[in-house]
Amino acid sequence: MDGGAILARLKTKLGPRLTETHAHRGDHTAVVTRDGITEALAFCRDEPELRFDLLSDLTAVDYLRYPGREDGPRFDVVYHLYSVPHRHRVRLRVPVEQDDPVVPTATGLWPIANWLEREVWDMFGIRFEGHPDLRRLLLYEEFQGHPLRKDYPMDRRQPLIGPIV
Amino acid sequence: MNERETREMFLGEGATSGGGGGQHMFVNMGPAHPAMHGIIRIFAELDGETVVKTDVEIGYLHRAFEKDCEAGPYNNAIPYTDRLNYVSPLINNFGYAGAVEKLLGIDVTDRCKYIRVIMSEISRICDHLTCVGASAMELGAFTVFLYMIKAREFLWELVEDVTGARLTISYGRVGGVKADLPAGFDLKMKKAFGEVRQVLEEVHTLITANRIFMDRTVGVGAISGPDAVAWGITGPLLRATGVNYDLRKAQPYWAYDRMQFEVPLGKNGDNFDRFLVRMAEMEQSMRIAEQGLDGLPGGSIQVDWEGKAIDPAAYVDRGKQGKTEGLLLVPIQLSPNLQGQGREAQQRVNASDKKVVLPPKETTYGSIEGLMNHFMLVMDGFGIRPPVGEAYVAVEGANGELGFYVLSDGTDRPYRVHCRPPCLPPVAALPRMIEGQMVADIIPTFGSVNMIGGELDR
Repeated sequence: MDGGAILARLKTKLGPRLTETHAHRGDHTAVVTRDGITEALAFCRDEPELRFDLLSDLTAVDYLRYPGREDGPRFDVVYHLYSVPHRHRVRLRVPVEQDDPVVPTATGLWPIANWLEREVWDMFGIRFEGHPDLRRLLLYEEFQGHPLRKDYPMDRRQPLIGPIV
Repeated sequence: MNERETREMFLGEGATSGGGGGQHMFVNMGPAHPAMHGIIRIFAELDGETVVKTDVEIGYLHRAFEKDCEAGPYNNAIPYTDRLNYVSPLINNFGYAGAVEKLLGIDVTDRCKYIRVIMSEISRICDHLTCVGASAMELGAFTVFLYMIKAREFLWELVEDVTGARLTISYGRVGGVKADLPAGFDLKMKKAFGEVRQVLEEVHTLITANRIFMDRTVGVGAISGPDAVAWGITGPLLRATGVNYDLRKAQPYWAYDRMQFEVPLGKNGDNFDRFLVRMAEMEQSMRIAEQGLDGLPGGSIQVDWEGKAIDPAAYVDRGKQGKTEGLLLVPIQLSPNLQGQGREAQQRVNASDKKVVLPPKETTYGSIEGLMNHFMLVMDGFGIRPPVGEAYVAVEGANGELGFYVLSDGTDRPYRVHCRPPCLPPVAALPRMIEGQMVADIIPTFGSVNMIGGELDR
């Protein structure tokens, strides 16, 4: 299916919960509000014409210092979906406010979302509501802060930890 | 100590545990275990020899790849990408460069596309050789490991000829590659592929129908096709389940649409099928590389600002029209270290967008325009500056879909670089593959996943 048609299908399904679309460099992208994302992902996965069965990537972006986004929501959680039978791609983004960095989990739809969401929690401090096991993935539990946030300085030292005795 | 006490003490059987050997045992595999290929920890709950539950802990090799990429200009991330999948670093280089090129909206020259295809396929063979060899060694087939590492050595010599290094090659560039293929590359590649083919044949006779190898791999670590897709698994592991998903065919990039090759598929999704798929893929990769070399477009295929090709005659015409830039230069002898980076070679393999690609060294050293061009690209605050936007590019890495998501805020540094490591989903699905199986089955299953710490932990 053509990327524009995918976005149109999503628009009819979600209505006002799909706030914006673009196709910069051919990557078709839909910006979905937080209360619409679970439905949007389930629709993408289950609708026979879309059939996005592969959650190819899930990450986040911290827009703290991005030109033009100074006043907008601080984070975007970004989903890249791919359909193995139809061979098309789409990107979904969910803006998340700094004060309430919570997004509903996608673990019920794709089991791989479990680790990908743990990584986003680890690196950005965005929590996923309903996640069965939201621990840090790459860093250790005693790590302080979330390093891919733009206000985390490159040279910050972490307290030394030792074996638990 | 009598037998009952001994069993009670060492096996947890007997009165204290309720009898019948019902007490579960907890075992740590790794982080420093010889079969854990780098560092990863599998915390397993065992009932006798059966794995009941596992927790996989990763991150021991985390070195802030994504954060580091944000700190420097676009081309500074190239050496970091070498260290993602250190067995096939070329694919990582090209994947990242491809993402930035998409962000810039430029196209590379045909010759560069072919070189990328050839070098990617050579890397893919190296990766599969390492994976198959190492997992065979863990099952006791040490000869296979030695043979395959020998074959990989021939390929790495080839890589060294082209890039100047064996592992940390840093050969990809935004807008092209570092240098053209060296003279005599075709003969060397032919010779190396001859050796690899011989090794593959030897390995087939050694283990493909070997009783021990089959007992350890057939039906072990199996996962079904739909399950594998839901777990995000791509690459040889997914194709071993029979799902036909290969980015080189599904969404052809570079010159893959011009290559004839097949996508080997398995059926059962077990370790044995993964082995067969990898073995067959190596042959297909050699086929692609040979076709690439046969069809390698020669000559000067320069690309101008708009992405159109200029042939040598047009280049001369420019001079006649008074556009003398580049013609007034005094030809200077380049150091042998810069072989393949002379002006002609650079024009063949690099896009000629001056805002992206460094000028050839003769130009930098021989003219003020070249020097200024060079400075404009390497000075802090200048350099490559893609327009505001985002791009996701996926290439078929040796382990599956290798994706790079790059976001630009219009400055010379990427605002955000994210790598989608192809071996993270299979490692996440590892508990799903090994729970219910024997302890000894962890080893071949983990081997077939081909965990690469560099890209897994980033």
